[in-house]
Amino acid sequence: MTFVRVIALKELRTYFASPMAYVVAAAFLAITGFFFVASVSDAFSEATIRGFLAGAVFFMIFMSPALTMRLLAEEQKLGTLELLLTSPLREAEIVLGKFIAAFTMILIMAVLSLFFVLVLYVYGVPDSWPIVTGYMGLLLYGAATIAIGLFASALSPNQIVGLVVGSGLLTALTIIDFISDRVTGTAAEVLNGLQLGASFSVFNLDSFGVAEAGHFADFARGIISMSDIAYYVSVTLLFLFLTVLLLQIRRWR
Amino acid sequence: MIKLEHMSKYYGAYPAVIDASFEVLRGEIVGFLGPNGAGKTTTMRVLTGFTPPTVGEATIAGYNVMTHSLDARRHIGYLPETVPLYLDMTVTDYLVYMGQIRGMNLGWIKERLPVVIDQVQLGDYRDTLVGKLSKGYRQRTGIAQAILHEPDVLILDEPTIGIDPIQVVETRELIVDLGSEHTLLLSSHILPEVSMICQRVLVIHDGRIVADDSPARLSDRLQHTERIELGVSGAEPREVINLLRDMTNVVDVRSDARADVQQRAERDGMAAVIVDARPGSNAAQHVAASVVERGWGLRYLTPLPMTLEEIFLELTTEEDLGA
Repeated sequence: MTFVRVIALKELRTYFASPMAYVVAAAFLAITGFFFVASVSDAFSEATIRGFLAGAVFFMIFMSPALTMRLLAEEQKLGTLELLLTSPLREAEIVLGKFIAAFTMILIMAVLSLFFVLVLYVYGVPDSWPIVTGYMGLLLYGAATIAIGLFASALSPNQIVGLVVGSGLLTALTIIDFISDRVTGTAAEVLNGLQLGASFSVFNLDSFGVAEAGHFADFARGIISMSDIAYYVSVTLLFLFLTVLLLQIRRWR
Repeated sequence: MIKLEHMSKYYGAYPAVIDASFEVLRGEIVGFLGPNGAGKTTTMRVLTGFTPPTVGEATIAGYNVMTHSLDARRHIGYLPETVPLYLDMTVTDYLVYMGQIRGMNLGWIKERLPVVIDQVQLGDYRDTLVGKLSKGYRQRTGIAQAILHEPDVLILDEPTIGIDPIQVVETRELIVDLGSEHTLLLSSHILPEVSMICQRVLVIHDGRIVADDSPARLSDRLQHTERIELGVSGAEPREVINLLRDMTNVVDVRSDARADVQQRAERDGMAAVIVDARPGSNAAQHVAASVVERGWGLRYLTPLPMTLEEIFLELTTEEDLGA
């Protein structure tokens, strides 16, 4: 575990030593802030964070791969991966350390976004439970997007490839309902079951809500379902495992 | 400490190393010599456990690098060919991080850091960003991370490549110095470097190890010819070459084509030639006698030892013919 901590701390320090952490956090708060304001500023709007959640789920499609694109691509480009892989630590410890660093960034941004919640409580009477489950869902979703981004970063020494592949995978898993709506039977169920975030019905300006379908929907409504938690945890573990596998395969080439 | 047994490594169908076996004992400094693309880096990557061999086994300090990988890696300090550095860290931060990655605790790192920084003479740069260092200092930082955790085995891949001549000299001195504390395997394609630093040389060519000997013994073994360079006045180069070529025991005669020698020969009006003769034939004496007999002036005559460069060229050429 020491190695995991050492790597996570190093990556966190790198985030804050460059403009990366600040730029990403500012963009995150600006975009989600826009969604939040738009969702609560009508005359009879509900005091919920669903607008914020919709914005966050949407923005993480690009933000998470941007946070992770450097993590393994740069190690390959600088040749430092050779050093890590010839040091007495396991591939899994490297991957886990980097995952924890990127996830901590998401955690920090989630904490900063509590400002929106504060606004709700000052100017309205929100329902607390959906806020709690909404954040819970957001962190589970965030972990899955980070794992997918990390996987994309391990594919090549090129950070842009990591960003594009990561965002591409996340987009595909988000708009999967475009297809599942058009097929029937088991195929539709399987595809629906794979939907990662909310669908792009976030662009429905009337509701500014989170889509009805997808694993995120229930969290936004204040419902905790084991199958949704299991889904996000499995996606996270699967992609972390695939990332470790990529590093191991790299040796054999 | 380092043992390689019948190791072959294929990249797809392409053989990078073929049936390589050697052993490096504790305290030895061994040079791994070969032209670019001969298989040096691949062999080192197999030894450090970075790349698994296709066939055969590699052992470091008694641990198989594949089956007991973590144990083997604990005993290795490794400097890859492209010095692996995080450009946005300071020298100290980088070394502390590398120490932690190698499994050192902070107390041990604190104790070793000043010693190592002193050893590689990085004192003035300990708080400089690695990305701002010149190539030579990056190389030293790379060496520092390799020796920080006091490994039994030190593997350096082309440690003097791409740095300026003065720093090359300093780096070589540092490596000789390190050789007193570590078992050391270093690769190079620069021959004088290896003969200067190493007690033993492994020559690799086209993926095969073609020689394994001390630099001196390697010279002896391969001294097929004795070389003499001489300057003759009162004759055209052509005439001198024709005369000497017909002598018994002379293998080859040619004009000394080196620019500075040619310049001097023209200025002094003499012919400068190089003679290759069979060893032990006392060729120098016979060459001198025939030149004087023709009434020419013998301005100088120097027997030359063969350089390791030529030995190496010969080695690889012979292997080419044999293959």
